[in-house]
Amino acid sequence: MDQRNGLGDGVTTSVLAAPEPVQAAQGAIQSNAWLIIAIPLLGAAVLLLAGRRANGWGHLLGCATVIASFGYALALFSSVGGSEQAARSLHLFSWIPVNSLQVDFGLRIDPLSLVFVLLITGVGSLIHIYSIGYMAHDQQGRTGRGNTERRRFFGYLNLFVAAMLILVLGNSFVTLYLGWEGVGLASYLLIGFWQQRPSAAGAATKAFVMNRVGDVGLALAIFLLFARLGTTQYAEVFARADELSSGTVLAIALLLLLGACGKSGQVPLQAWLPDAMEGPTPVSALIHAATMVTAGVYLIARANPLYSMTEVGQLVVAIVGAVTLLVGCVIGCAYDDIKKVLAYSTVSQIGYMMLAVGLGPAGYALGIMHLLTHGFFKAGLFLGAGSVMHGMRDEVDMRKFGGLYRYMPITFATFGLGYLALIGFPFLSGYYSKEAIIGAAFAEPGWRGWVLGGAAVLGAGLTAFYMTRLMLMTFFGERRWRNRTTSEGEEFHPHESPAVMTGPMIVLAVGSVAAGFLLTSGERLVHFLSPALGELQEGHTVLPHSVIPVLTLGLSAVGVLVAWLVVGRRRVPDTAPQRVSPVVRAARADLYGNALNRAVAVRPTVGLADGLARFDRAGVDGTVNGVASTLGALSGVLRRWQTGFVRSYAMSMLVGGVLLVAALLSVGTP
Amino acid sequence: MNLLLALILLPLLGAIVVALLRGNERAAKPVALGFSLAELVLAAVAWASYRPGGARLQLSGSIEWIPTYGISLSFGLDGIALVMVAVIALLMPLVLGFSWRERLPSERSRGGFFALLLVEQALTVAVFAATDVFVFYVLFEIMLIPMYFLIGGYGGSRRQYAAVKFFLYSFLGGLIMLASAIGAYSYAARTTGQGTFDWATLRGVLADAPTSVQVWIFLGFFAAFAIKAPLVPLHTWLPDAAEQAPIGVAVIVVGVLDKVGTFGFLRYSLPLAPEASQLLAPLVLTLGVVGVLYGSLQAFAQTDLKRFIAYVSIAHFGFIALGIFAFTSQAQVGAASYMVNHSIATGMLVLVIGMIIARGGSSRIADYGGMARVTPLLAGMLLVAGLSTLSLPGTNSFISEFLVLIGSFATRPVFAILATVGMVLAAVYVLRLYQRIMQGPLSGTALLDSAGGPGAATDPEFAASGGTGSGASRLALRDLDGREIGVLAPLVVLIVLLGLYPAPVLDVITPSVEATMSEVGVTDPVTSQGGN
Repeated sequence: MDQRNGLGDGVTTSVLAAPEPVQAAQGAIQSNAWLIIAIPLLGAAVLLLAGRRANGWGHLLGCATVIASFGYALALFSSVGGSEQAARSLHLFSWIPVNSLQVDFGLRIDPLSLVFVLLITGVGSLIHIYSIGYMAHDQQGRTGRGNTERRRFFGYLNLFVAAMLILVLGNSFVTLYLGWEGVGLASYLLIGFWQQRPSAAGAATKAFVMNRVGDVGLALAIFLLFARLGTTQYAEVFARADELSSGTVLAIALLLLLGACGKSGQVPLQAWLPDAMEGPTPVSALIHAATMVTAGVYLIARANPLYSMTEVGQLVVAIVGAVTLLVGCVIGCAYDDIKKVLAYSTVSQIGYMMLAVGLGPAGYALGIMHLLTHGFFKAGLFLGAGSVMHGMRDEVDMRKFGGLYRYMPITFATFGLGYLALIGFPFLSGYYSKEAIIGAAFAEPGWRGWVLGGAAVLGAGLTAFYMTRLMLMTFFGERRWRNRTTSEGEEFHPHESPAVMTGPMIVLAVGSVAAGFLLTSGERLVHFLSPALGELQEGHTVLPHSVIPVLTLGLSAVGVLVAWLVVGRRRVPDTAPQRVSPVVRAARADLYGNALNRAVAVRPTVGLADGLARFDRAGVDGTVNGVASTLGALSGVLRRWQTGFVRSYAMSMLVGGVLLVAALLSVGTP
Repeated sequence: MNLLLALILLPLLGAIVVALLRGNERAAKPVALGFSLAELVLAAVAWASYRPGGARLQLSGSIEWIPTYGISLSFGLDGIALVMVAVIALLMPLVLGFSWRERLPSERSRGGFFALLLVEQALTVAVFAATDVFVFYVLFEIMLIPMYFLIGGYGGSRRQYAAVKFFLYSFLGGLIMLASAIGAYSYAARTTGQGTFDWATLRGVLADAPTSVQVWIFLGFFAAFAIKAPLVPLHTWLPDAAEQAPIGVAVIVVGVLDKVGTFGFLRYSLPLAPEASQLLAPLVLTLGVVGVLYGSLQAFAQTDLKRFIAYVSIAHFGFIALGIFAFTSQAQVGAASYMVNHSIATGMLVLVIGMIIARGGSSRIADYGGMARVTPLLAGMLLVAGLSTLSLPGTNSFISEFLVLIGSFATRPVFAILATVGMVLAAVYVLRLYQRIMQGPLSGTALLDSAGGPGAATDPEFAASGGTGSGASRLALRDLDGREIGVLAPLVVLIVLLGLYPAPVLDVITPSVEATMSEVGVTDPVTSQGGN
């Protein structure tokens, strides 16, 4: 399908840095699109400011705002209509106007932002509803003052939705940055939600700080764009991208990638995401699986006119994605904590998306497609894990699970469908989206096709292994919880979760099954996205087309089989075996990611700060005081401090000063 | 009557009335608050009558003082001075509200304390309004006297040391500035035959002065301003002053007084020594960036809450210096708005920390822990102040920091990149502080001694629950009361409002910055049609 410019004269524009037609918003629905953001933002304000008065109905308001936003998003979607529409821009007000820098606070409504808005508000609504049940009798949150904690939770969750919508709807890199750090704040607040737990507080701080490292990249990219083009608005930047030198484009691409790595938990900034599982499980599902952590993928897809100009930049993105997807898989195989396994799975799956958007025009739409299907099945998996924890006294150690399918059949069924979707079982959603990425990776020319495609296909096998291991340890086999207790010594009484929780899980499971087929049939999503992302370009794969799916499915089957041999056929020990290979040991230690962070960042900074603190007192202050006291005029002062004549001294000093002025003045007059 | 004169004299009048009433605390307090609120109204009127893009200096007036030397009491405001006057007017009622019940050293009357604060306000307004270089110098020095008594008379245990140190540093800096001012006078006298201290006239004369003359003039002013808005390594008076000063005074010191230094850069250093400013910019930029990194690392390492604030401010002054000397209108507008936003954000941070100290009686960070469960509102306020301090987008400080960095990147990319590291460090020092004081289980001698008793720390159930259930009822620790909420609420509103809609402040500042830029003779490298 051709991209058409605003005049509709049928001129086909090239995919590379296509000047995009942007029209003003039309009609009441489009020109009030800011309501999509404002409603949840208002919800957050009410929930956080109303105090205890809102305890009784806060959760209902929290759900209502997001559902209302979802409804509006659907209306907006239908008003914008088919894929040939140009991007709509909606100017709201001038945000930061200083001479040549004019940052507009406005929205950009185009296929890419619409897809995200629907994902955020749709999955967001489901998770809000689920949270009513999950946070109802939250162990840590009980305060005896009404359900203050649940109200606060919904306030933060609404804040997150609003910030995430600003991130994807903003029409400039600066509004993106506002949403970008806004979701970072919401993530910080929610990871540290149970803030009396030192581990939660530490994880929250870690997440924010590591994200800030990435944000520096994003900020510098914005500075560079302004210095070279004098604008930060998408429309102008993309229209004039060809004025940039290739070095500048590469620098911007790499800086944006740094930001994306921070937000999306990509190597080398991946270590915060698993720790983020300290937050309540609905948070893990919404923020740290379905939406926020995919913002990095959004950023690169959004900046596609720039990335399409730099092959090196694309390659670096693809390599980061490939490395991350393998790192995530390897570590995911080693954990016994159900949420951490899912967290590393998220790291790994976002690696797939990064790999896809790193393939340039061949992959932007595929990355977004995997992002959407992943949004369904990973959110469903996390909600399922939350349901398991809900029935198991917040236990997360899979070695204490086993045989749970009998006790929580709905959770088992929905989780099982999410599992099948994730490992790419034929005709479920993950199959379509992941298969497409693997195919596109193999279509890269030369060694790149082999390396990137090989990593992607190997990852599929590893994914099948760790997810099957999780599935078997949780739902099948011996009921290991029967003779075990929680760390607080309580017995387990597994039970199914209430309908308010299983309902959203069922909806997401349906999505996990059907989304892939629905989005790919007739290339529906790819066509819809083409005005924003350009046409999908297909290349020739280094392997025959028919071989790739067979290879992927074969390796996945091997993964399933090995998992069955390791934890299905044999008894699962109560504690993790200690005599293991160095690879397993490394995987259990996060492949030394945290150790590396401590060695190269944390310890040097702390050491430097402490050293400087001593230096400041002894060195700087000491020197200045020393100089002062050696000066004859001041030695008298110092003596007087001790004798308490300071005040008279101060006055005489002033008088002296005035006299000095007078003296100087008389000298100075001609 | 001239509005500006009223702005200067009203707090002075208030001070006299309050001083007369100081024996009667119940009368003195509301009278002082009333005067400060009236001043706030006056400042609002001044803001409303100010025309951005109008005359360089507005609301001006002049009275001859020492005609022999061309000295007159002349005053006037540009946009930058206006916003600073507004900030003081805003902060003073809040400071008085905070100090309403603050414990003072024995035998000190609150009336006297409030009267001195009002005197300080009058002098600070005057120092921002002065348009005669000599008058500016005199006010710059006189301003130290009430502050000296405020720190030395009402402060902590080492208040005498801190007060003298503060006084000496500033005073000596001022004397060096005086030498420069006299130099400027003599140069004008020699070249035009008519010596003068009038700012506008001097500016015209000195614009053509040889670089060597300008350099000496620049360095003299620089000494005073670099001490005032402390740039490393001239900063060590500030941590001591902030640590020893009463909280309300600390707000004025870091919120307003220090800004006289950065204001001085913009109003005096740049226009009076334009060539030298550009020549020596790398020096100032280096000190600025060193300040950002050094101050941030110091803030991270501090063990005392009040010294923490001082180093945070030192880091922020580094950003302001960077913005001023990068010579783009974005960076300079950023720096000037940073002065406002830093007052609001750091002012709030100091006040919140004061409220923490009022509960625990200690300023050691290690004496606190896990307060959020017991005082959620206080925790929320610390977080809001902290988020503004780390320049989170959506808060007021982001606008300034973003403008400083994006503006300076265009001309000084290396300095800008180094300063950007300060963004990460700010997140570290703010969130670490929040974590230590507010999160985790309730702990710390300051809280447990005053509240739950020694048993609370060892009771495992209490520690595990983080102070819930029966534990909470044992605690005497109060969350914020109505007065404290009233003190903080206006600042919270401004933090959010100016973060999302900064145009009212930017519109006032921008024309003055443009004027300053043209006085220095520099233009923006980046136009909307693209730069270099």
